[in-house]
Amino acid sequence: MNVEKGLLLLHIDDLHVSYGGIEALKGISLDVYKGDIVTLIGANGAGKSTTLRAISGLVPIKSGTITYEGGVIDGQSPQQIVSEGICMVPEGRRVFPNLTVLENLRIGAYLRRDDIQPDIEHVYDLFPRLKERSWQLAGTLSGGEQQMLAVGRALMMRPKLLMMDEPSLGLAPLVIRDIFRIIRTLHDEGITILLVEQNANAALRVADRAYVLETGSLGISGTGEELLNDPSVKEAYLGKARS
Amino acid sequence: MLWNTVFPYLLSGISVGGQYALIAIGYTMVYGILRLINFAHGDVFMVAGILMVYAVASGMPLWITVPLVLIVTSLIGFLIERAAYKPLRSAPRMSVMISAIGVSYTLQNLVLYITGGLNKTYPTIPWISDTVEIMGAKTKLVTVVTPFLTVILVVLLVLLINRTKVGMAMRAVSKDFETSQLMGIRINSVISVTFVIGSFLAAVGSVLYFTNYPTVIQTSGAMPGLKAFVAAVFGGIGSIPGAVIGAFIIGIMENIIKGLDVILFKAGIISKPLGLATFSDAFTFALLIIILLVKPTGLFGEKATDKV
Repeated sequence: MNVEKGLLLLHIDDLHVSYGGIEALKGISLDVYKGDIVTLIGANGAGKSTTLRAISGLVPIKSGTITYEGGVIDGQSPQQIVSEGICMVPEGRRVFPNLTVLENLRIGAYLRRDDIQPDIEHVYDLFPRLKERSWQLAGTLSGGEQQMLAVGRALMMRPKLLMMDEPSLGLAPLVIRDIFRIIRTLHDEGITILLVEQNANAALRVADRAYVLETGSLGISGTGEELLNDPSVKEAYLGKARS
Repeated sequence: MLWNTVFPYLLSGISVGGQYALIAIGYTMVYGILRLINFAHGDVFMVAGILMVYAVASGMPLWITVPLVLIVTSLIGFLIERAAYKPLRSAPRMSVMISAIGVSYTLQNLVLYITGGLNKTYPTIPWISDTVEIMGAKTKLVTVVTPFLTVILVVLLVLLINRTKVGMAMRAVSKDFETSQLMGIRINSVISVTFVIGSFLAAVGSVLYFTNYPTVIQTSGAMPGLKAFVAAVFGGIGSIPGAVIGAFIIGIMENIIKGLDVILFKAGIISKPLGLATFSDAFTFALLIIILLVKPTGLFGEKATDKV
């Protein structure tokens, strides 16, 4: 894929979101450039998931703007936002347990009217395990396989911006390594990725740009490398003992 | 012969079972997708009956009235959902249920207002009202047509749900609203489709059911609605095959009990009538209680896994 790197894909300006009086996001601004992996790290309740949910149109925003490919997208329905190429791999995988693996992939392309067979083949190439289990109900897959299916399902829409919410959550270290390998592969294919992670160490290693979220506000930001070496980030998110 | 005594009851049981099944599908599908017991469903069934009365009275030919009643009933189902349930999408489940009870009374009272509370003579629909004789039992043709029509409609419905894109969307929405939205599915459209299908099938059931009865009145939907609800619970609410099998079992059992005096008398077990027919309704509701006590998920129901 040829992607013009360095073009602004998503721009968030002074985003406020509240849930019933509680302010979850207190004015955050961030930029996602085409072809980059951007990661949001932060503790539980910092507002990482809320940011993704606001972008995808699942939660209404209070103020601020979300601009995507030069157009304002806040206030649009989730359907519209998906159709513009913003796809989400939700937290906790959320595959449809009562649908087969193949149906989960097909439902990922729900809004598409063209031939999706090449995309199914592409996902099966990325995740051969899914091909073997094509006719199995998604509910019978292991956690790692479900995560792969959730990623594959999001790829079916040919996203320009792929948002991943805690893809490593609850998975074994070996499986987490696979997930991050896939993230790198998708990055090489030219897909822009917005990654939310508690596993700050792994996330910062793949990130072109990283933001730290602290209870609804942005803390420091920089390249993945810079944040990996930042003393305050090391202290708060990486843990001194961990490498 | 004993079989000749039992057969007519069995026949009408299968027929009534089919009619209950067509109503029960509406309960079970709506529950499957919204986790809502749509108490207004029996009244939609009754409204279809009333619509038929007025449509025929207007002098329209039958080939118009029947499709018209099916279409208008489907539309009513759609409008009920939009007006009474959709605004409560994020409200607690109890609120939606109370709204459903409200819709039920609204429909009954609307019909009461229009009909003046009088029994309306249900029109005789040619062909299915004809009398036929099968294996020595005289019955209306509708009795024979109902189970076949029911099975055909159920097969079509199952194909729709398992083989089409909208069916796949229905299954997805029934599990997870939010993720379905992230796939680009319009959940409101999918819910509307569910109500339209449920109301359509109830309207078909209504034509078949009321053909066996002389009149329709505003409360006519209550009992068959309740029986169909029990059938849906018995079969495992949320499961379509469950609702259909539950409905057939209840229909057959009820009619056997209605004829139990005669059957037992012919078999020489009793010498005078015991009045057992009285218990045919009681049986259905006793069954509900037993099911709720012994196997609350019903025959084919999924285990209650509330999302964490």
